Amino acid sequence: MAHVALADKGQELAHPKTWIGAYVWSQDHKVIGIQYIIVATAVGLVALALSAMMRLQLGFPGIFDLIQPNEYYSAVTMHGMIMVVFMLTAFFLGGFGNLLIPLMCGARDMAFPYMNMLSFWVYLASVLVLCSSFFVPGGATGAGWTLYPPQAITEGSAGSGMGIILMLISLALFIVAFTMGGLNYVTTAFQARTRGMTLMRMPLSVWGIIMATILGLLAFPALLVAAIMMLLDATLGTSFFMPAISDLGEVSSTSGGTPILFQHLFWFFGHPEVYIVALPMFGIASDLISTHARKNIFGYRMMVWALIAIGGLSFIVWAHHMYVSGMNPYFGFFFATTTLIIAVPTAIKVYNWVLTLWHGNIHLNVPMLFAIGFIFTFIHGGITGLFLGNVAVDVPLSDTYFVIGHFHMVMGVSPFLIVFGGMYHWYPKFTGRMLNDTMGKIHFWVTFLGTYAIYLPMHYIGILGVPRRYFAYGTTLSFPDSVQVINASITIAALIVGTAQLLFIFNIIWSLFNGKKADSNPWRATTLEWQTPDTPPKHGNWGPELPVVYRWAYSYSVPGADEDFIPQNEVPSENSKHEVET
Amino acid sequence: MASTLIVLAVIMGAVVFWLVRQTLNVQPWAEEGLVGQHHAGGPFSISSAKIGLIVFLAVASSLFSLFVSAYFQRMDFGDWTVAPEPVVLWLNTVLLIFSSIFFQRARNAAIKNRVGGVKSNLMIAGLFTFAFIGGQLWAWQVLHNNGYILSSNPANAFFYLLTAAHALHILGGLWVWSKTVFKLQNKVEVYKVRTAVELCAIYWHFLLLVWLVLFALLLST
Repeated sequence: MAHVALADKGQELAHPKTWIGAYVWSQDHKVIGIQYIIVATAVGLVALALSAMMRLQLGFPGIFDLIQPNEYYSAVTMHGMIMVVFMLTAFFLGGFGNLLIPLMCGARDMAFPYMNMLSFWVYLASVLVLCSSFFVPGGATGAGWTLYPPQAITEGSAGSGMGIILMLISLALFIVAFTMGGLNYVTTAFQARTRGMTLMRMPLSVWGIIMATILGLLAFPALLVAAIMMLLDATLGTSFFMPAISDLGEVSSTSGGTPILFQHLFWFFGHPEVYIVALPMFGIASDLISTHARKNIFGYRMMVWALIAIGGLSFIVWAHHMYVSGMNPYFGFFFATTTLIIAVPTAIKVYNWVLTLWHGNIHLNVPMLFAIGFIFTFIHGGITGLFLGNVAVDVPLSDTYFVIGHFHMVMGVSPFLIVFGGMYHWYPKFTGRMLNDTMGKIHFWVTFLGTYAIYLPMHYIGILGVPRRYFAYGTTLSFPDSVQVINASITIAALIVGTAQLLFIFNIIWSLFNGKKADSNPWRATTLEWQTPDTPPKHGNWGPELPVVYRWAYSYSVPGADEDFIPQNEVPSENSKHEVET
Repeated sequence: MASTLIVLAVIMGAVVFWLVRQTLNVQPWAEEGLVGQHHAGGPFSISSAKIGLIVFLAVASSLFSLFVSAYFQRMDFGDWTVAPEPVVLWLNTVLLIFSSIFFQRARNAAIKNRVGGVKSNLMIAGLFTFAFIGGQLWAWQVLHNNGYILSSNPANAFFYLLTAAHALHILGGLWVWSKTVFKLQNKVEVYKVRTAVELCAIYWHFLLLVWLVLFALLLST
């Protein structure tokens, strides 16, 4: 039985005969990836619209009057949950994971194409259930994206009826979808790599996506457990999380439950979730930087180990989100320490990106602009994270805009810059056309500078003590009037950045028809997805013969080579082999 | 969260150990050309379906250990009153052990290509499993009739929750089992269902282990 793997040898791909079979109920990883991207983008635009409504309220209270306080809380919750789970997680793993893993590993498709298709449809169902919660009586849940009980399911808070129930069902569906997808990604990367594609020859994008998938598979069950138990609390009157509540003299039927248990479960998922988004981002950033700087990635092995180390450590830092819930000081000390330790492999990655750029032949193509922009925003958000990782700093800042500024920089803007960079980078491969360069550059500069106009002032007003989650500040809070001016300017910047994203969407649709025709390897990259016989790749990806891999993914600017890149599957000539050995 | 951390430490430890061992002395930048056979393609000599199942078992382990962690954390609060375990649970445990044994026999028969052995053992294993599910429902009935309802105490709620989560996993397995039995009834050759039988056996052993852990937990608290 040795060596049957290779996706279990003569696995036949069922070529669909109808249009619906090819593009709707498709089992082709590329179509499924694009389906994931379309749905994630659509639901991401909903979340973007929600943030615009919130910003209009905060920047110009009482002028636009678009939303009521209850709806504001729903908007906060839905914006957060959509962006973190339904947009970024789905986009990186469902979207890029599906598109890139088989192509980069040299496989014809995922290991279990049928399950892969189911994964997308269950994901779509979860998104539809989530969005339907806007329209039920009481509106969508307004519990904050952390959904803390008791207020999440206690009458009086926004969406405590059907809203929260639909949210929990939607999350459960998402977890099922993710598990089906995740089994595929891991199995494909381990089993279906083509001949010569050793683990250490895989591009860092695949490494990042795979480590993130492993984290997701182990961490999402925590959210599932929390969601099931909260569903039972909300519908069948159990008291897993619900303490006894006395409301205007009436005592609730629940008693003795512990909200802290929910917080533990939620953050046991919630912190790895940050890295589920971050690891693919790290991987893709590495590939973008290396390709467009025409230089091999600095410290490849260190980059791989850093991904592995971050993955392992991400499971023992969760309670740094719970300093303000009260805990044994020694626990706080432990979690602060682990939080600072996880910054070490992360910092190694940042150094390696910068050292990759050092003396590189930097091409400021649009994907590269986004990748370099990402280094800035990620360092920025990462360093404020080190502040907040310390209990003494976190406690006063935890409920202020400082935290909003921090996490938007590190896991809002940074992954989005890489999503954009990845889209500009791989769009030619999957459509056969280039995205418009001018629009891309406008998109980059407005987004990059705009994010600083939005989030830097948030750090400042956070230190002034402006609380987060407030619909309006009233007159009882003590901070200078200039805060309102800052809030107005943040809103204006946010609206401009939001509009720039529409330009990106326009670019994607416009270029599909009018874009410059792309050849099969426009960035002259080494990795396998650029070496397919057809662009866009056909079903089955590789024509009659699978590619054979002879070298790692980063042979850029090799001394003595004819060109400044050597594709992974190029047969080594006698002299080049000699040179490597000496 | 200690029990979850232990389970996850074992899983992550295995993953990290394996990955680091694969990568420790490799210098991909210095190696060109076709590498040795042991590096070519998939590094495992087992089928993709089995890898998929093993990964899924890791997910399920994480899920059940989180339930157990939640159980321990909730138990420390004052309102926890232990419900007596229905005696039928002992019988159910025996039933599940037998179903696991017969799945193993079916697997052995499948490897030896004996159609009759696969069929009969598979059927018996399925019957024991259905009996187990029935027994679990009986246990619910007993508790419910004695007034230990879901919402009256967190201990009861956890009993129903844990048994239901476990039973749902078994039902998922029975779906694969029924497809396999159906194929065998339609005279499909044994080697075509060998993987399915093998995976069922592994899955049942895993769920037996989970049940033993859960049962021990319920008994000891």
